[in-house]
Amino acid sequence: MPPLLKKDPLIKMSPVIKSLALGALLLLGSGSLSAYTLEEFQFDSPEQQTEFRELIAKLRCLVCQNESLAGSQAELAQDLRNEVYRMMRAGQSQDEILDFLVERYGDFVLYDPPLKPSTYLLWFGPFVLIGIAGFVVVRTILAKKRATDEPISASEQERLQALLDNSTDSPSSGPRST
Amino acid sequence: MIPELGHLALIFALILATAQAAMPLAGSLTGNRPWMTMARPLAYGQFVFVAIAFVALVEAFLISDFSVLYVAQHSNTLLPDIYKVSAVWGGHEGSLLLWALMMSGWGAAVSAFSRNLPLPVVARVLSVMGMVAIGFFLFMLLTSNPFERLFPVPPEGRDLNPLLQDFGLAIHPPMLYMGYVGFSVAFAFAIAALIGGKLDAAWARWSRPWTTVAWVFLTIGIALGSWWAYYELGWGGWWFWDPVENASLMPWLVGTALIHSLAVTEKRAAFKSWTVLLAISAFSLSLLGTFLVRSGVLTSVHAFATDPERGLFILIFLCIVIGGSLALYAWRAPEVSEGGRFDLLSRESALLLNNLLFVAFTVLVLFGTLAPLIYEAFDLGKISVGFPWFNKMFLALAPFLALLLGIGPATRWKSDQPSRLTKQLWLAFALSIGVLTLTSMSAVSGDDLWVPIGIALAAWLLFSHLLIVRDRLKHKQQGWRQAMVADFSGNGRSFYGMVVAHLGVAMFIVGVTMVSNHQIEKDLRMSPGDSHEMAGYRFEFLGAQKVNGPNYRADQGHFLVYRGERQIAELFPEKRSYLGGGMPMTEAAIDAGFFRDVYVSLGEAVGGGDWALRLYYKPYVRWIWLGAALMALGGAIAVSDRRYRIARARSTAPAGAVGAKA
Repeated sequence: MPPLLKKDPLIKMSPVIKSLALGALLLLGSGSLSAYTLEEFQFDSPEQQTEFRELIAKLRCLVCQNESLAGSQAELAQDLRNEVYRMMRAGQSQDEILDFLVERYGDFVLYDPPLKPSTYLLWFGPFVLIGIAGFVVVRTILAKKRATDEPISASEQERLQALLDNSTDSPSSGPRST
Repeated sequence: MIPELGHLALIFALILATAQAAMPLAGSLTGNRPWMTMARPLAYGQFVFVAIAFVALVEAFLISDFSVLYVAQHSNTLLPDIYKVSAVWGGHEGSLLLWALMMSGWGAAVSAFSRNLPLPVVARVLSVMGMVAIGFFLFMLLTSNPFERLFPVPPEGRDLNPLLQDFGLAIHPPMLYMGYVGFSVAFAFAIAALIGGKLDAAWARWSRPWTTVAWVFLTIGIALGSWWAYYELGWGGWWFWDPVENASLMPWLVGTALIHSLAVTEKRAAFKSWTVLLAISAFSLSLLGTFLVRSGVLTSVHAFATDPERGLFILIFLCIVIGGSLALYAWRAPEVSEGGRFDLLSRESALLLNNLLFVAFTVLVLFGTLAPLIYEAFDLGKISVGFPWFNKMFLALAPFLALLLGIGPATRWKSDQPSRLTKQLWLAFALSIGVLTLTSMSAVSGDDLWVPIGIALAAWLLFSHLLIVRDRLKHKQQGWRQAMVADFSGNGRSFYGMVVAHLGVAMFIVGVTMVSNHQIEKDLRMSPGDSHEMAGYRFEFLGAQKVNGPNYRADQGHFLVYRGERQIAELFPEKRSYLGGGMPMTEAAIDAGFFRDVYVSLGEAVGGGDWALRLYYKPYVRWIWLGAALMALGGAIAVSDRRYRIARARSTAPAGAVGAKA
């Protein structure tokens, strides 16, 4: 989030381009982080309002750096919010609304990517990697059980002792040493 | 004139860094003592010159010297002085200079506090740090010079991004960078050990305090960023899984694995090559994070093209640092012995599992952050990966980490018995099952299973650590209080540091659980005089008025908050328009409390004195940052442990009286 860390794209441009770019940035609303409220939308029940809020929080503002529809002030976000609101009022279900948006804008609009063949990589990829890592760890632990004991070599011992004063902590006596 | 001096100082720093990278290392390999002794003076010199450059830039900001391009872009005569200083790191060039300042500062610190290290080790460590510094100085001088002049000189600067005009964000980057750069010390120690071929327990003991200090800074830096986002952005969230946030989280996760793995290397001389790999990864991820964020690649792969010069430099630099160190690792690591045997149930196994989980978290974050880029690059379609994905993935693993965290510190090194462990911890387990039952029946849980689980896991951590402390004190002769004091002033600090940090985790879990499941958020339209009741608090809106700040104009709302009949807070949320231009900014007004925050943020004026606004009730949200603060505090306590301070005592006291077996 900290925009401090965003690169300033205006460096090294002529003044004219700079002001154009600045204007474009403002239009795109990429610097806009002020609160937006739902007040303009009327709902039949608090549940419906909550549902609406949760829905637009899961949708991406397509022209912003990384903001949800709920958080963005950009014009396009405003339009999309109105669109979602209109569909909701027309009695469409969440799934219908999502399907419509995905058809129009692609999966990019969803912060919660759906599980389907093209996203298997995303949903299962990390677990495959973690599984491999887990396998290595288990193998290591099992191997260590059978390994011969060679805790610290004599030269290491010497070097360590050179570092130690009259410290009394001892590693083999349990949890007291961390 | 002064900016040119700064520029010149940077060039000198580069020259000194080059000498620092080459001479001591060459000396250590050829046994040339005078060359090795050059390491310290060169590191000090480098620090002095970077400091001169930094002061020169601060000066340019303070006197509003808009003939300096960077100052003209990020400052303004109306900007309060404190933000003129923080504006120094408000943009790309200046934050690189801050990076360099800290990098050379850590180098100077290593020079100053390494009297007990063998000279060749110091020489190699400082050489490696010199090499990294060269990369940064070159990057700055070739592509991102903060002292570049601007002609004609504009009469007024463009102003600092209003979001950055805030105390929290003024200190957030320095803390974060201290952490990032601090890992360069761990990295340098690891590389030095690989070069020297002496990868042993002594190496772990030397680099451990440095790593912990870096980790403490990074923890504070991330927590500050989260806290800032919470109160400044006006959306009430504390973490958004934004690529920029993820970039700072990855080094932290690996760094956390590293400080645990270093414990094994120090105590048992095991996991040596693994620890080295973690040290390399922690710093590589710091670099990757800084540069990914800086280059804009994370927003889109195409952003790379907007500034090919910088992008290319970054790519080459990353390849050299990461590729070079991994190559060195591949060459040297096979020669490293892997320490002693341990049983299935042992502290070593527990810490290995800890490492597995932290690496798994890192993989998740890295994967989630890069997945949109991977999909885009391989033409698999454009996707977004946001908080729902990250939350699901993290929740799938986090409970295991919390369970393990209650057991790990109770296990014995090398070998432990299940029966002994059960005897020590059954009470904690039983109590937390009790907590689980109670919370799932009470109203606290709502209808969500995660609330009782979260609270019970936090309780498990609390109880098990209390039992672990009791177990430690049980064997002492004195009463528990004297025993604790004696222990603390003796060499128990690293133990108590660990306990404090782990309790911080418990606190963090409670905060996250409660605020995620029980926060209330209301969008309203209010007229002056209106009241609204939420979560037992009544918010009275008295109206809004115009106020003027030093460099902004604002609409300021006035709210009274009542609990029952008693007024508990008076809140003034603002909507600011900065004179330097840009979108209006929301300044939320927060009544902070230990158990809850109430939070008002002003939206739009909707006519007739009415305002659209947002109210939040955030239970236990402070526990998130207090938990992080406890973790950092724990790290600080651990570093103050006696065995890390022995160096100084050693140099004055005669040798002998060595009690430790490790």
